[in-house]
Amino acid sequence: MIQQENMTIISHRSIAKDIYELILQGSLTKQMTSPGQFVHIRVTSGSDPLLRRPISICSIDQENGQFTMLYRVSGSGTRVLSEQAAGATVNVLGPLGNGFPVEYLTSGQKALLIGGGIGVPPLYELSKRLTERGIEVTHVLGFQQKDAVFYQDRFEELGKTHIATADGSHGTKGFVTDVIEKLSIEADAYFTCGPSPMLKAVEQSMPEVDGFISMEQRMGCGVGACLACVCQVQGDETGLAYKKVCTDGPVFQSGEVVV
Amino acid sequence: MSRLSVELPGLTLKNPIMPASGCFGFGKEYSRFYDLSELGAIMIKATTKEPRFGNATPRVAETASGMLNAIGLQNPGLAHVMENELKWLEQFDVPLIANVAGSTVEDYIEVSEVISTAPNVKALELNISCPNVKHGGIAFGTDPAVARELTKRVKQVSSVPVYVKLSPNVSSIVEMAKACEEGGADGLTMINTLVGMRLDHKTGKPVIANRTGGLSGPAIKPVALRMVYEVSQVTSLPIIAMGGIQDEYDVIDFISAGASAAAVGTANFVDPLVCPSIIEKLDQLLQSWGIDHIHDLKGRSWNNAGEAAYHRA
Repeated sequence: MIQQENMTIISHRSIAKDIYELILQGSLTKQMTSPGQFVHIRVTSGSDPLLRRPISICSIDQENGQFTMLYRVSGSGTRVLSEQAAGATVNVLGPLGNGFPVEYLTSGQKALLIGGGIGVPPLYELSKRLTERGIEVTHVLGFQQKDAVFYQDRFEELGKTHIATADGSHGTKGFVTDVIEKLSIEADAYFTCGPSPMLKAVEQSMPEVDGFISMEQRMGCGVGACLACVCQVQGDETGLAYKKVCTDGPVFQSGEVVV
Repeated sequence: MSRLSVELPGLTLKNPIMPASGCFGFGKEYSRFYDLSELGAIMIKATTKEPRFGNATPRVAETASGMLNAIGLQNPGLAHVMENELKWLEQFDVPLIANVAGSTVEDYIEVSEVISTAPNVKALELNISCPNVKHGGIAFGTDPAVARELTKRVKQVSSVPVYVKLSPNVSSIVEMAKACEEGGADGLTMINTLVGMRLDHKTGKPVIANRTGGLSGPAIKPVALRMVYEVSQVTSLPIIAMGGIQDEYDVIDFISAGASAAAVGTANFVDPLVCPSIIEKLDQLLQSWGIDHIHDLKGRSWNNAGEAAYHRA
């Protein structure tokens, strides 16, 4: 049964340019089992903004019944959300979707985690789970510029971490794929989340490596009913096959859907 | 008798609340939130003869107190719907209203003839008002003569009563309603979405891939209410109203405007439990107001209150 709950804000702060970290507490946390899943947030009980916002789960703390989500303020909805203070509640629907398969690799194998911008957060919980299983993790994280970088130290605690910025103001200048190529990073599997052009470039740059790609798409219901967030299936000749990002994804195996 | 139970052509409703077509799929997703038997009815996703993929993405965009969508009638096609979706829904004690769409008159006739034979389909809803497909859809819903003829042809083949879903994107919805009545419609459902668009501030390009989309949500409620008010006073057909309904007060408004039942669309996306919640609160509200039956409020808004008795018959 999917549930919704008014979860209490434990902490809410700005951690980079337009990026906020929100820690919520409630019994819904118990349902959060897989890194890469998302929650659907209602930012106001009124009707404007009307729709929920799909936001990925960044970190899960079962002991305290809390989870962390990071989001970027990019419109009216996230603006309203960013004004909520500790002690207030936020209506959360979820967890939704299928996350990254942590069990795909075994101890001693190498994982490459590639994130871009606001696609970076779900990789944090994933990295924790992978390292707990004894998997060697390398992170390649891309941002627009220096003041948009977040969680670098936290990722460094878990494994090698390379930063790329589009303007070169921090780390390597360029895209995540430039870093991967330049350092010839090898991996048994990659896990990636970020803007579509980045996902496409990553998939094309490592055709021989098994990969798991978390897709982003505008959503309506978030539960599979409205068909707003569909994507096409790779190699489908009928033109009719589709997957729903919200319920079939958001994580797909590389080669499964058209990125 | 319950104060919420309603009898309409083909439909014995436990309550007058149902999810609107296109906002609820074929029910499977929402059955993970509550027992679908609680609903008055379900208006299932538009079904066409052949499977359709629909439009490119992005397919939705938010607007002030509303949203635009251009899904493009994506559905698995008549055969699949008959064999899978409708069969699956048989486990619930709830009548279905099958939304029928097509590109040609023949498409509508074929789908209507077949889908109306499903044991749980108790009525059809002719979708002549989808604004998001290139052929068919709204083209049938903007010309009274075409709508009348289509209604007539579908009536000849349907095993169940036929409701026609009206588009607000016309100069006179009253003329459209009258045409459907002349064509033999058993009821009307209204309104479908209003054609709108949203632009990306930076690029100046439409946000939705289809360029335009259908506006729904609370933003359109005043338009829907006015149209139900006008149409209900000039036809004797029962109306299932939709357009921005979010709570029990919205339902009361549409009943007061002259509707017999109400459908909830976009609000399902905001609160998956909105339908059962409205049903419960509507009953409590009527009780607290001392109203014996919801239809005692029907048409309260009309100019000539004396006409209400006639229309209630």
